[in-house]
Amino acid sequence: MSTADPLALRSHALRAPVGLAALRSLGPWAAVFAIAFVLERLIGPYLPGYYAKVLTDVGIAIVLGVSLNLVNGFTGQFSIGHAGFMAVGGYVAGTVTYYGHHLLWGGIAKQGGFLGASEWLFVAGALAGGIAAGLAGYLVGLPSLRLRGDYLAIVTLGFGEILRVIIQRTDDVLFVPKDIEAASFTTLATSVGGALGFTGIPFLTNLFWVAVAVGAVLVLSYRLKHSDEGRGFLAIREDEVAAEAMGVPTTRLKVRAFVYAAFFAGIAGALFAHEVGTTLNPRELGFQKSFEIVIMVVLGGMGSISGTTLAAIVLTVLPELLREFAQYRMIAYALLLIGMMLLRPQGLFGIHEIWDLSFRRKKAAP
Amino acid sequence: MALLEIKDVRVSYGPVSALQGVSLAVEAGQVVTLIGSNGAGKSTTLRAISGMVRVTSGTVTFDGKNITNLPPHEIVRLGIAHAPEGRGIFANLTVDENLEVGAFVRSDRAGIAQDRERAFTLFPRLKERQRQIAGTLSGGEQQMLAIARALQSRPRLLLLDEPSLGLAPQVVSTIFQIIREINSTGTTILLVEQNATMALRAAHRGYVLEVGNIVLADDAKVLAESDEVRKAYLGIG
Repeated sequence: MSTADPLALRSHALRAPVGLAALRSLGPWAAVFAIAFVLERLIGPYLPGYYAKVLTDVGIAIVLGVSLNLVNGFTGQFSIGHAGFMAVGGYVAGTVTYYGHHLLWGGIAKQGGFLGASEWLFVAGALAGGIAAGLAGYLVGLPSLRLRGDYLAIVTLGFGEILRVIIQRTDDVLFVPKDIEAASFTTLATSVGGALGFTGIPFLTNLFWVAVAVGAVLVLSYRLKHSDEGRGFLAIREDEVAAEAMGVPTTRLKVRAFVYAAFFAGIAGALFAHEVGTTLNPRELGFQKSFEIVIMVVLGGMGSISGTTLAAIVLTVLPELLREFAQYRMIAYALLLIGMMLLRPQGLFGIHEIWDLSFRRKKAAP
Repeated sequence: MALLEIKDVRVSYGPVSALQGVSLAVEAGQVVTLIGSNGAGKSTTLRAISGMVRVTSGTVTFDGKNITNLPPHEIVRLGIAHAPEGRGIFANLTVDENLEVGAFVRSDRAGIAQDRERAFTLFPRLKERQRQIAGTLSGGEQQMLAIARALQSRPRLLLLDEPSLGLAPQVVSTIFQIIREINSTGTTILLVEQNATMALRAAHRGYVLEVGNIVLADDAKVLAESDEVRKAYLGIG
């Protein structure tokens, strides 16, 4: 029997020639950018607006689901405040691009075309949003990740709600150029629309950047899952006491998982804020949104990157397909979830990946 | 000086006092066993050493360094590995992945690979089941995995908590044989057991723990012969 020794394979990978190693580490990124480019430039122009919008929604859902999977799936914690981090990212990014456009170019008109000035400001805003969300994740995570199970869930839920109330209390968006120029940084940061929502954010989200974000979250989670750190995450999920006994710094890793997840939720929030046809408002990013994301992870299989991705696609496309049935569609959606939980409580793929399933079966044969 | 020395250690779980001033010493290269009935505080003693419970007073000294109340991951780094009671294997991960987590604190890839090979020599069954999900192993194999995993941090002191728990007699003797083998390659072992007969046979020295206090300490051979131990723990006399 010639089962390859995984250790030999891995040490072989270590000794791979420099060119091959570089290809292995950079290859996926090149592929991500290539796919993103093709989507935006070759397919995008022929895609009717509605489909482009659904595709964008799917992308954002994947980023949210796969990032939450780092916490709820890999590390086995139960966070239901993901929309809160999304809101942090969305508002920070929106502030950067909206007021940035006003201050730099005197209005929200898009500067430059594909990969033009506006888009780079958007990238900067999205990264700032991601970092702010990651920081929020750290602040929430540090004290609360000493808690377990239900208690952690309550804290994360509370965080989302507190954030929603704070955003509702913010001032109206400034739009008179004179006011904006005169305003201090703090005034700008707190003039984000309150309960009415942050209107006027330029529509800068396009398929290119959505695809890049999706690619990034997929490649990074996959690599994380197979890294030492990722195995630490999985060990915590399996048995926290045993993980601790093995020298896994459990609290530190839990906080780290939280920060990574929050960062990507922030990026997703930025994409959402700059999308055509959405308004960033506190109601939209409440508790219900958090729940939708949790459902994606549970449905796809806690810990399964491919499963969560598939669930994110299905749960975004399905309500669109059911549009004809108007008011019945939410019933159909609920029935699907109930049926799923009865038939496959572990989710579509459990903790496995799509490619594991066929692979394992082949291995078991001899 | 002893490799591990604990002095007058007290631990309580809320208002319940679990250890009431336990002192013991483990000499380098020995197998030392801690025997006693249920609830005597055996597991708590191990947890106090590996930093998994808070020590309220007293000191734990390892290799001359005070490690009292250090976080568990730092204690592992210093060279103490703990194979917890009930095995605590990662049931949804493969045997390989379990071993990789065991080496979590190390980054010397060559050394890790070497220790993994060593574990497979010790436990050939695990080598056959490398790719298998650990939860599907038999009880004995899971115990072997728990020990092999603890060895992956290349500890100088191995803490074993009830390795014979729930295993068939045949498997128990295999496990004890392996414990002696591990010790013969230079790893010091502190072994907590309810199976006093087997434990005293494998150990150089023994301590008897009763409701949070050490009541007897002597060479394992002497303990095995003593009337009190024979009556209370060996079911003889």
